[in-house]
Amino acid sequence: MGGTSKLLLSAAVAVLAGPVPALAAWQPQKPIEFIATAGPGGGTDNIARAVQNIITKYKLTDQPIVVVNKAGGSGAEGYVYGKASAGDPYKVIFGTSNAWQQPLVSKVAFNYTDLTPIAAMAQDEFLLWVKQDSPIKTAGDYLKAAATGDFKMGGAQSKDTDEVLTRMIEKAGKVKLTYIPFKSGAETAVQLAGGHLDSHVNNPSESIGQWRGGTQRPLCVFSPKRLPQGAKVTATEGWGDVPTCAEQGLDIKQYEQPRTVWLPGKVTPDQAAFYIDLMKKVQATPEWKDYIEKTSQVDTFLTGAEFDKFIKEDLEHLRLVAGEQGWLVK
Amino acid sequence: MDNLGELLHGFAIAVTVPHLALMVVGVLLGILVGVLPGLGAPNGVSLLLPLTFGMQPVSAIILLSSMYWGALFGGSVTSILFNIPGEPSSVATTFDGYPMARDGRPTTALATAFGSAAFGALIGVILITFLASWVAQVALAFGPAEYFAVYFLAFASFVGMGGAAPIKTVVALAIGFAIAAIGIDTVSGSVRLTMGVDELVKGVNFVVAVMGLFGIGELLVAVEEEFHARAVSSKIDWREVFRAVGRLPRHSVALLRSAAIGCWMGITPGGPTAASFMSYGIARRFSRRGRYFGTGEVEGIISPETADHAAGTSALLPMLSLGIPGSATAAVMMGGLMIWGLNPGPMLFVDQKDFVWGLIASMYVGNIVAVVLVLLTVPVFAALMRIPFVIIAPLIVIICVVGAYSVSNSYLDVVMMLGFGVVGYLFKKLFYPLAPLVLAIVIGDKAEDAFRQSMLMSKGSLGIFFANKLVTCLIVGGIALLLLPLVLQLARLFRKPAPPTNETIAQEKVII
Repeated sequence: MGGTSKLLLSAAVAVLAGPVPALAAWQPQKPIEFIATAGPGGGTDNIARAVQNIITKYKLTDQPIVVVNKAGGSGAEGYVYGKASAGDPYKVIFGTSNAWQQPLVSKVAFNYTDLTPIAAMAQDEFLLWVKQDSPIKTAGDYLKAAATGDFKMGGAQSKDTDEVLTRMIEKAGKVKLTYIPFKSGAETAVQLAGGHLDSHVNNPSESIGQWRGGTQRPLCVFSPKRLPQGAKVTATEGWGDVPTCAEQGLDIKQYEQPRTVWLPGKVTPDQAAFYIDLMKKVQATPEWKDYIEKTSQVDTFLTGAEFDKFIKEDLEHLRLVAGEQGWLVK
Repeated sequence: MDNLGELLHGFAIAVTVPHLALMVVGVLLGILVGVLPGLGAPNGVSLLLPLTFGMQPVSAIILLSSMYWGALFGGSVTSILFNIPGEPSSVATTFDGYPMARDGRPTTALATAFGSAAFGALIGVILITFLASWVAQVALAFGPAEYFAVYFLAFASFVGMGGAAPIKTVVALAIGFAIAAIGIDTVSGSVRLTMGVDELVKGVNFVVAVMGLFGIGELLVAVEEEFHARAVSSKIDWREVFRAVGRLPRHSVALLRSAAIGCWMGITPGGPTAASFMSYGIARRFSRRGRYFGTGEVEGIISPETADHAAGTSALLPMLSLGIPGSATAAVMMGGLMIWGLNPGPMLFVDQKDFVWGLIASMYVGNIVAVVLVLLTVPVFAALMRIPFVIIAPLIVIICVVGAYSVSNSYLDVVMMLGFGVVGYLFKKLFYPLAPLVLAIVIGDKAEDAFRQSMLMSKGSLGIFFANKLVTCLIVGGIALLLLPLVLQLARLFRKPAPPTNETIAQEKVII
């Protein structure tokens, strides 16, 4: 091993060891509970369990970790639990943008300000899907067809990300859609395959099996640029072959859903720093890359001021849509 | 018979020493989680899931599905012995299983339950083997209107069912619907009926309600009515296990009908819970000894158990071929499939033949392993009935409290469970039926969602429930079941109020 690589290695160690003062300041002394705000098998549950496995495999902490599902009330159960556990640094809540979106449109007994933000770790993309044998080939076709009749758009939950996006499509495309809420993206995908809906806006992982199986196909992705190519999903196409919605004339440049990690409120900065550092270490592992690729998400890491800025912007945007729809609760 | 060849290939994969060992381990673990209320199959499977990440997908699914079989069997044990359903789908088993066990025949009750359960599972697997591709198409035909129609059919098979006054059934249903409405509403996204209790946003968990209503409620009644200081003097007789199983073929009509209901509900995916209730309700109406149901009738055990297992087994089919889980446990397993790098969906049958057929073959073998193991444990479980009431009663309270708490580590659930215990007691004292209440708690919100989704689709027109043959048949069938008792009563009015003999009943059926 040459001198340079030794130097690089020690530099890498130094980078990893960067937050050591924080580590020294606080270490968990008892088992840690991961609260997934979704049922077993859902996207949020998957990420909590993936993080748990990585931490256990690399022994990133000495303490055992258990994953608990608190999926009731579209995840509100988990957040309310987090709020009630104020000051307890042994409860880590895994959620989505629900944490700040739900309190805006529904009378739930928590707000994201009751929790301590740790990080946004992955972004799920949204695509516009139609049934495989639909005559619609592009987003342009879709808007034309939707303008003539009443189109049925399915999605997971009411006044949640899927419905917000649906309302944005209505506005951008000057069409009217009938939104029908189901319990989950998986259920929505099956309804589209059965021809009971005209379209939905599922995340890649929610419909990949259906696309591969030839029951539905994506028209376009709500992202500023095409997704990374990756492996082919069908015989001829992969995620990278799906055009962006903006390039097809449906002018919504970006719409994403972050996977978020929180601590209860009133924890010390040291305790928060420990978990921020822990999540950073998780993200550096090959297993994490593997998880991101398998679920077709985008790897990101927002924390501190950046995360805060992201939340504020998203809230601003949602308040606009929700205000127009008359969803705001007060 | 392409499928047959594939199946034989599957057997070659499933019947190996390591896989058989996995099945035994899985089944035993499953019986354990099934017997302990509140733990249940979905939780058990998700606890075991991380252990399987290093395994071959086939081995992993064999372990998990064996655990699922074990839990389905184990769930019946506490329902029959202590009136505490360990699994939501074994509630209907308590209606006749518990009276029979209290009557000093726990061995017969358990052996009958296990035997008919195995029959149901077998029919479910055969269906999966031969009709996989056709069944996938049937499930796709189910939109919100069809879902509502299936739930409607399940409710209709209960209203006006003999025993309780129809108006009391309706009251019980209405209370159940109100309880099901607590929490966040899927269609509007708003919070309902939480009465200022923040935690209620999660809704009322089914296990919490059932353990209170049945376990604690029964205990209160027992304490009041007579002091059961004496244990039930049940003779433990090995031969009775085989005799009970041997008597099953006499009830072949009930077995076949229940298996059909179970398969149908498993595929569509109404789920095992709705299947067992519906099967019980229909058996009560059409069985010759229907009026004795609830007092320890053999067919009252056969019907829900067969349907439960037929549904539980066939629920795996939509998961494999469509990627829709037919039950909560199937949903957890589907999460596992994705982690092992398999995508459930139509292509699984093409891309992963070894996996799919290995799994299907393991269903045959796993169920045989499971039924042998549970039949061996019957005398052990039956012996529990000999323990005096003064010891068993506190144990039941402990099981219920721990079970309620472990649902989501919440004290509120324990308080609610005890509250439901009082409700269960009052229902019993005032002769209100518990079954419709429980049914409404389980599928009430699903039925409501489906109805409102249909209304959104049709822009408020009820015509959507008569839009195609499938949904029309289901709705008409439901209405017919609903009106049946009324018509029977009218028919009886026109006659002399003579005690109905078999002959008049047969004639009444002809009228309808």
